[in-house]
Amino acid sequence: MSSGTVGAAEPAGAQAGPPAGPPTEPSAGPSAGPSAGPPAGRTGSAAPPAARRGAVRVPRWAPALAAAGLAVAAYAAYAAFQGTATLPHDDDAAPFRIVADLRAWADAERNRSPFFLFLVNYVRLGVGSVHDLLHLVLHGLGWAGLAGCAGALGWLAGGARTGLLAMAGFGAFGVLGVWQASVDTLALVLAAVLLSLAVGLPLGVWAGLSPRLRRLLTPLLDVMQIMPTFAYLAPMVLLFQIGPAAATVATMVYAIPPAIRITALAVEQVSPAAVEASESLGATRAQTLRGVRLPLARGTIGLAAGQTIMMALSMVVIAALIAAPGLGSDVIRGLSRADVGLMLPAGLAIVAMAVVLDRVVTAAARPPYEEALGPGAAARRSRVRRAAAGALAATGILLGRVLPAEFPGAWALDFAGPVNDAVDWAKTSWYGLTQAVGGAVAEGLLNPLQTVLTEAPWWLVAAVALAIGWRTGGPRPAAVATGCLLATALLGLWQHTMETLTTVLVAVALTLLAGLVLGVAAARSPRFAAVQRPLLDAAQTLPAFVYLLPALALFGATRFTAIFASVVYAVPAVARLVEEGVRNVAPGAVEAALSCGSTERQLLWKVRLPMARPALLLAANQGIVMTLAMVVVGGLVGAGGLGYDVVSGFSQRSDFGMGFAAGVATVLLGITLDRITQGAGRRPLTRTST
Amino acid sequence: MRIGTRVRLLAGVLTLGLAAAGCGGATVETGAGPAQPSAGAAGSSAPAAGGTVKIAVNPWAGYEASAAVIAHLLEEELGYTVEKKELAEQVSWEGFETGDVDVIVENWGHEDLKKTFIEEKKVAVEAGSTGNKGVIGWYIPKWMADEYPGITDYKNLNKYARLFRTSESGGKGQLLFGDPSYVSNEEAIIKNLKLDYKVVVGGSEAALIESATQAQRQKKPLLFYFWDPHWLFSKVELARVNLPPYTEGCDADPKKVACDYAELDLDKIVSKRFADTGGKAYQLVKNFSWTNEHQNAVANDITSNGMSAEEAAKKWVEANPSVWAAWIPQ
Repeated sequence: MSSGTVGAAEPAGAQAGPPAGPPTEPSAGPSAGPSAGPPAGRTGSAAPPAARRGAVRVPRWAPALAAAGLAVAAYAAYAAFQGTATLPHDDDAAPFRIVADLRAWADAERNRSPFFLFLVNYVRLGVGSVHDLLHLVLHGLGWAGLAGCAGALGWLAGGARTGLLAMAGFGAFGVLGVWQASVDTLALVLAAVLLSLAVGLPLGVWAGLSPRLRRLLTPLLDVMQIMPTFAYLAPMVLLFQIGPAAATVATMVYAIPPAIRITALAVEQVSPAAVEASESLGATRAQTLRGVRLPLARGTIGLAAGQTIMMALSMVVIAALIAAPGLGSDVIRGLSRADVGLMLPAGLAIVAMAVVLDRVVTAAARPPYEEALGPGAAARRSRVRRAAAGALAATGILLGRVLPAEFPGAWALDFAGPVNDAVDWAKTSWYGLTQAVGGAVAEGLLNPLQTVLTEAPWWLVAAVALAIGWRTGGPRPAAVATGCLLATALLGLWQHTMETLTTVLVAVALTLLAGLVLGVAAARSPRFAAVQRPLLDAAQTLPAFVYLLPALALFGATRFTAIFASVVYAVPAVARLVEEGVRNVAPGAVEAALSCGSTERQLLWKVRLPMARPALLLAANQGIVMTLAMVVVGGLVGAGGLGYDVVSGFSQRSDFGMGFAAGVATVLLGITLDRITQGAGRRPLTRTST
Repeated sequence: MRIGTRVRLLAGVLTLGLAAAGCGGATVETGAGPAQPSAGAAGSSAPAAGGTVKIAVNPWAGYEASAAVIAHLLEEELGYTVEKKELAEQVSWEGFETGDVDVIVENWGHEDLKKTFIEEKKVAVEAGSTGNKGVIGWYIPKWMADEYPGITDYKNLNKYARLFRTSESGGKGQLLFGDPSYVSNEEAIIKNLKLDYKVVVGGSEAALIESATQAQRQKKPLLFYFWDPHWLFSKVELARVNLPPYTEGCDADPKKVACDYAELDLDKIVSKRFADTGGKAYQLVKNFSWTNEHQNAVANDITSNGMSAEEAAKKWVEANPSVWAAWIPQ
């Protein structure tokens, strides 16, 4: 999902995918007052300084003591009231029935109500024809034509290397033996991305200029991104039926938010000096926008496009469930046959597509590289580039006319056999170890935590959330977080929310651990970073289903399998943020520490990590949001909770209401966790500025 | 220039939409209308001689085998074009309504869907049995049946509950269940037979298959929900646990079920429109009927012998002309 910028340079803060939102949002709570509500179970390092500023000097240990006191009080309350007010799950709660009734209405009104006749059905027709047109053109080019055009575009955007990469990537579709399916997927992704950008970029520019619109959009975008895709797939089918049009719309819902968010951020952050200069010269708002803001924001807007592509690609498999043709159906088929060899080529083709599209788009967004050469040479190089690109495209198209449209089967590699053998070997020989690890995590962490969360009375859980939120972010985020948490109880999903919360907390802890280790290692050794980077890219874009089968075999249908999947998915983003944070620590501080004779280890623990704290907290926040995105996948591999409810709502008509409510509950849980951690991430920033 | 093209394109798209819809807003074609199945939805390919048949392909190998054989015969013997659409069960039924699906070739019960789409919406009709018998039940790997005497009798399950304990089952024995869309009486059976077990939802067919495979290979105890016909039986040796036998009506009240599953007669469902106007294609689908052995042979070629569905279907069709000759309408 977010931060999927495959290997692109990432401006700080721009990774902010989901509500991790750039720490520039205005809703910051009052920062670090001498707040009285220290949390239970928070790592101690942050507590003391808050007290120092108070008018009366409070002893250093006072907050820690208060925290301990509250923790004891919470534990005592838990011991006293355990088992009361627990809100157990009921499959037939009233909110579920209301949603189900709504569905029946939409079903009946499809060809009657003006809402459908004049709005929804036109959207379906319009989106459908964009997809069909792209589909026709891409297939019409033939394999040679398409690869040639891709190479030409790459060459135009970023020179020979990008051009060759694009051609190699498209060639890989054929070599992997999935040419047809890849082109189907490409058509769907391009349709969704083009439409998303057509809607998202103008909205993003507008939101960048108008803080009011941005405040209005932010919660909506949060919902669009955290809502599990499965949860809106069923309503999507209800509104748009099945097929490529519905799949395109579903993909857009997921892909638009980063386009809007990052564009808004880019436009907003354009240097105020440049804007002022332009305005003082008498430029109108429109002129300033066109002549100053947009050109200066160009690189970041390119990043927005890149992110949109990544998001669209991560929907490919899900879209296959509502009859979108393409690589997704290979993955689904492989899943039902327990055949990794069938899924892997499709998965790798998705990775290749992600890498090519991302590189081309980021290259296109960079200012042309010849500018550095001086005018004469630049013009020459630019001419050469256009000529090369034109020749490539022309050759490709000509070849495409001459050669058969099908990619020659003889060039395709078939490695299903060896892959399945390797997977079989791993399944057999690692089984003992993986069972032990999975079992230890389940018995040691998951079960105790889940018992506490599900058996504690709801008001106690809410009170603890309030206390932690207050401590980290202040009263407002705390109130929002607690309100959202309690709303899940109103939806009738308290118990399942607590179960999911357990899995998410443990997954986030493991993700942070792994991300921290990898990120620090990469920051310290460029060679390690270079090796790790493509692996992280692949981990982030490879559909989870591909590695889910071996994970299922090794860990069984357990919550740990879900945790494994979310760790694989979330670690790349976290590792990258940690790497950036640690590497960007002010060189002055590092030098000072070194000249004082500190060892490498001391440097890391005493200087680099503490100074990288804002980046680390942003990483934690990202980790949470990305883990939540895998909740539904957890529902497919034995983790139960909200994920299973959502899957159930998609595949069982009678559970439609529960599925949708569970989707909403996931969003609420996401907002709860986000508000709590976002506050923690923002606090040190505001404090240093006071 | 580029913006101009886009505007023109947009205008084109809009006019197209308007033209398609007339002036009364856009409606969605429903499966009940009189349109030819060959007409094809917007954007699909040119119709072949006999027209196009849209077959939903639900995600399990047995279904794929039946669909592949029907598709092969429609194309080779009757000259139709077949569009296969990979869909989940529930979504396939919705396809009847929108005209995206003509045929579901293997339906497992789903009385609720039949009620909605056949009786209430009248967009689908039943097209007879596939000849396949579906049996749902509780299974264990065969090595357990050999090692623990009497374990296949439900009365002894409590004695062995400890074996089936996992990290997910909270101190009880674990009964692994599959995809949420499956027919299920598990909770009621456990409660009414007073079994010391907990249903753990695997969430997918893959979860069941991988667990069963490992249960055999690693000799790990496992009690799970499964069904026959399934290709897994040719790879993993399984034994069925005997619950109190099914008697007519013992599953009438879902809360009071304390018996095994009934043998399901798997059947075909087609859209109303296809039944009315599908001609020979509909006749062939209606006549299609074969045995579990036939289906397993094709499914096994697909899952274990590395054949594509088309190749496996072709092989079976060439080997069994006497079986399918009866399905071809005169």
